[in-house]
Amino acid sequence: MDSVSIVAMASIITAGICMGIGAIGPALGQGRAVQGALSSIAQQPDERNSLTRTLFVGLAMIESIAIYCFVIAMILVFANPFWAYVIKKAGG
Amino acid sequence: MEIVAIDQISPDQVILFAWGFVTINATIAYTWLIMGLLVIGSIVITGNLSSERTMSRWQNLLEVIVGTIRSEVGDIAKEGVDTYFPFIATLFLFILFSNLFTFIPGYVAPTSSLTTTSALAVVVFFAVPIYGISKNGILHYLKEYIQPTFIFFPFHVMGEFSRTLALAVRLFGNIMSHEKVIAILLAVTPLFFPVVMQALGLLIGLIQAYIFAILAMVYIASATQTHEETEHKPKKETEPVKI
Repeated sequence: MDSVSIVAMASIITAGICMGIGAIGPALGQGRAVQGALSSIAQQPDERNSLTRTLFVGLAMIESIAIYCFVIAMILVFANPFWAYVIKKAGG
Repeated sequence: MEIVAIDQISPDQVILFAWGFVTINATIAYTWLIMGLLVIGSIVITGNLSSERTMSRWQNLLEVIVGTIRSEVGDIAKEGVDTYFPFIATLFLFILFSNLFTFIPGYVAPTSSLTTTSALAVVVFFAVPIYGISKNGILHYLKEYIQPTFIFFPFHVMGEFSRTLALAVRLFGNIMSHEKVIAILLAVTPLFFPVVMQALGLLIGLIQAYIFAILAMVYIASATQTHEETEHKPKKETEPVKI
């Protein structure tokens, strides 16, 4: 197997693994956060505005971890620096 | 009609116009489009304001938008709302409009480029110490970095940089990923399903603009409000989120 196909295979497989494993933690965390916020709103409906705002900010913080994984996966698939290097080596 | 090809990750790579050393890419063009729209719209609407019982519907729209943002900012800032309101509202409106226009064919959101979001995050990065120093003085602002002990100084500095990075990458990742999902869906299941995802994209754009503005406000509030909270603890009130 030549180096071009090794780099391509490694990039694609790593992108999939990165996204898959990276989504587990934020999914569990967001589930717990929404669960806590819902039960709090059910107990204290008057505090809904403040709770919702805090929930959104917290969800954004949790979600950013999954977004990091996604950005890395996109870089591996679409803008891989090693890919350009290997292509240049193989062509020249 | 997608002007960003599927293997291009950023609208910076789309060159609309090149003349000599001046190159206009899609990000610059659409950023100026949004800025021009906001500025001209505001000037036209505020040109004939009325305090009578009857007013134009555009004035009504502007009053609703400004009033809502002002009350949201006021909930977090508690005091000195007018100091922070123009900055936060500008961030919110610019991100909101650049996200919402994605349903127009041929338009690429400037926020789907990492350069735009980094610029916005750097503006927030510098705004936090400026507001903090102008409120509490430079000594008090610097003292916050060695709370509770001086060992925590590197962590505070790292936190400043990492939250700026998170601010930039969050907005970029959300908007860019949505555009890529739309482009892939158009190739896989054309006609109906991408329309549903576009409608979802409007919600994502609104939430991301809200989150960016709220987080900027929270960072500024945490730099300016530390003084009062150490003086007298608020008694069982809803205090601002500290991150």
